[in-house]
Amino acid sequence: MTLAMDVMTVALWIAFIAVAVAQVMAMIRLIIGPDTGDRILALDTMVINAIGLIVLLGIAHGSHIYFEVALIIAMLGFVSTVAYARFVLRGDIIE
Amino acid sequence: MIWETVAIYAVAFCLIVGAAFSLIGSIGLLKFNDAMTRLHAPTKVGTVGIGALLLASMIHAQIFSDGALHDLLIMAFLFVTAPISANFIAKVNIHKGSCTAPPPPPEDDTWSTLDVPETDRALMPETEALN
Repeated sequence: MTLAMDVMTVALWIAFIAVAVAQVMAMIRLIIGPDTGDRILALDTMVINAIGLIVLLGIAHGSHIYFEVALIIAMLGFVSTVAYARFVLRGDIIE
Repeated sequence: MIWETVAIYAVAFCLIVGAAFSLIGSIGLLKFNDAMTRLHAPTKVGTVGIGALLLASMIHAQIFSDGALHDLLIMAFLFVTAPISANFIAKVNIHKGSCTAPPPPPEDDTWSTLDVPETDRALMPETEALN
């Protein structure tokens, strides 16, 4: 049991570091992205990685209160991605 | 007791798989050299990466407290919305010309486009015909 808990703690740390590095990589693509589509895609990936970080934080704290945060960020990320794409495509968000 | 140990190892496995998919997807986002291939990599983050992390969260809640399956809501929402946002980003790439243009239609200009064939234009309502 203690060995399993140790393995889970190490896996949690590895997951935190990996998702944080993924977030930094997406931010680099957001800065250097040669075109608008790459920047929108990098923002979308950053939102998804942020959801992953919040889920990992919920596992580390062992609490359920991070569920609402993750769900609201998921909805907001989808709406903002579609709004950015529509603004580039149509010059307006709601016609 | 033995099932709890197995479940904790399952949590660790799901965490590693989810984190690995997130990292690999972001490496693909950074390293690929074409806009459309860059679009391909991060979709795996949204499905398998977050899916495995949420599965780990659900198993963890099942062991350490009264079980909570509401993480399935986030998973279902992300699975439904990921193709829509990817489709919008692909349209932006085509619109901005940052990828090779789609091939011309093989027979006429109305194949797989929004154009209405010549013979059907009389059937269109007035408001659409103005466009």
